[in-house]
Amino acid sequence: MRIIVCVKPVPDPKHWNRLQLDPKTRTLVRKGIPGTINPLDRHALEAALTLREQEGGEVLVVSMAPEDSQPVLKEALAMGADRAVLLSDRVFAGSDTLGTAYVLSVGIERLGEFDLILCGDETIDGGTAQVSAQLAEFLGTPNVMHVSGLEVSPGKPWLARSQIEHGYTLVEIEPPMVLSVVKTINTPRYVTLMNILEAEQKPIEVWSANDVTLSEPWAGLAGSPTQMADLFAPERKGMAEMITGDPKEQAAKLADRLHRLGFC
Amino acid sequence: MSDQVESKIWVFVEQRRHVVAEVGLELLGKARSLAEPLQWKVAAVLVGHELDALAEMVLSFGVDEALVADDALLEHYCNQAYVKAVEGAIRQYEPQALLLGATAMGTDFAPRLAARLRTGLSAHCIDLDLTPDGQLLSLVPGWGGNVMARISCPKTRPQVATVLPGVFPVPEPGRARGRMVSLNPQLQPEDLGYRVVETKREEAPKSGLETAEVVVAGGWGVGSKADWTRVEELAAALNGAVGATRPPVDEGWAEEKQMIGQSGRTVRPRLYIGLGISGHMHHLVGVKSSELSVAINSDPKAAIFEHCHVGLVGDLKEIVPPLVEAIKQYSQQEPG
Repeated sequence: MRIIVCVKPVPDPKHWNRLQLDPKTRTLVRKGIPGTINPLDRHALEAALTLREQEGGEVLVVSMAPEDSQPVLKEALAMGADRAVLLSDRVFAGSDTLGTAYVLSVGIERLGEFDLILCGDETIDGGTAQVSAQLAEFLGTPNVMHVSGLEVSPGKPWLARSQIEHGYTLVEIEPPMVLSVVKTINTPRYVTLMNILEAEQKPIEVWSANDVTLSEPWAGLAGSPTQMADLFAPERKGMAEMITGDPKEQAAKLADRLHRLGFC
Repeated sequence: MSDQVESKIWVFVEQRRHVVAEVGLELLGKARSLAEPLQWKVAAVLVGHELDALAEMVLSFGVDEALVADDALLEHYCNQAYVKAVEGAIRQYEPQALLLGATAMGTDFAPRLAARLRTGLSAHCIDLDLTPDGQLLSLVPGWGGNVMARISCPKTRPQVATVLPGVFPVPEPGRARGRMVSLNPQLQPEDLGYRVVETKREEAPKSGLETAEVVVAGGWGVGSKADWTRVEELAAALNGAVGATRPPVDEGWAEEKQMIGQSGRTVRPRLYIGLGISGHMHHLVGVKSSELSVAINSDPKAAIFEHCHVGLVGDLKEIVPPLVEAIKQYSQQEPG
């Protein structure tokens, strides 16, 4: 079985308080914030590794990101992926979700046939949750999102469980397909020091725009149909009325207020 | 009567088993107010099977056209079939904008459809604007709500956006004046892509959050599973429900069903108290309809103090226990 996992390097959310908005360029300054695998992509990778253990085959990791994201792909290799491909080129930079899905699709076309593509349902940065379905559309395969369970038995249609409001839908689906997973699907494995050392031996290939066939114009900032017209810090409503004093006074004042309003 | 569709803004009104998602109605109201200055018409798009009653219903919300893609193969939601069902009509009638709810269905259907049409899509918007020249500007929170982006789609049409449920009010229904147009989807079984085996309602153990008069929510700043009892004690003292931001759910202090915000529930209590919550937009969108909002946080610079009515800076360990005691005292007093 050939499984491709799409991962996105994101700035580690533990350090997001250091994100700064550059007022001049209206871009986010991420300098000095370490990268990590988007958290839900770990669950996608875990699902792929579990399936490889069950059915045999290989797990490939694909990412579209700047070239300095290689340490993040190493993390994916340390978790157990066999090989990684980084799609990296200035031409790809600034792609919106259509552009990203398109670039991933041409990279995957170069990798050849696959049974399953796994993605995290959404990323923690932009969080648009649009790339998996758009990737499936470019590749012409079915896709299911919000997947919390997957049952694979040889020779039979696969069963994917997709979370919806107040319940779930169970669908029968045949490979090749694209699935995007939610975090309840599994618990990602821990990476040991040995895994990290082993990952050093595994290949990361870097592909530029010249290594793939871009027959449509959607890649990069210029090709993307959506544009960011403005980026700004959320509107401030103005400060709250502050209740001051030592903790006991604050508690008493608030309780009194709630009492007068009829809450107690 | 001509079958030409004239509406420039289309709103996908999602239904499952003939129950519509409220966000579809919210968007009908918003679409009408966006369209009015440009004198555009607004259509509701329904996809499914046996939809006549629902078409009547959406027309009562003042839309000019109810576009109905009705086919037995559309009985259960399937993204590829849904895309096929509306793709032809979009190409033929060329709407300028298409709005969908950012629901489980909308977040799957919209990207697939936008990719088929090779057009731009903005995700989980919290506000929409239409410029005099017909450009849709979507306000999109990103980076956990630390920044807002205004997204446009200058070159391609339709301009597609998914919108978070609960940000616009449901309009009042009135007398229907629009008309129904059948889209004749003409599907084949092989258009489905996958087969729906079953759709099950999971009686999510009631958290009572949506209907609660009082909601006490905790965030990362609560500190630990052991400290989480403070949130529960304060909620109990006020006869309220317990809510949480994402980190306490991820840490296992609170349950998934208690999560409030963009990927959780939307609450409309009379009183909301946030404990140790910094105030990311992802959470705040779920509590913004609270009549009175109170925040207690040790960081005087926490963003939540700029979004709530009453703020207390201090240590939860020192403020919450005497607060619970004082509330209990008041509650035990005889009324009057």
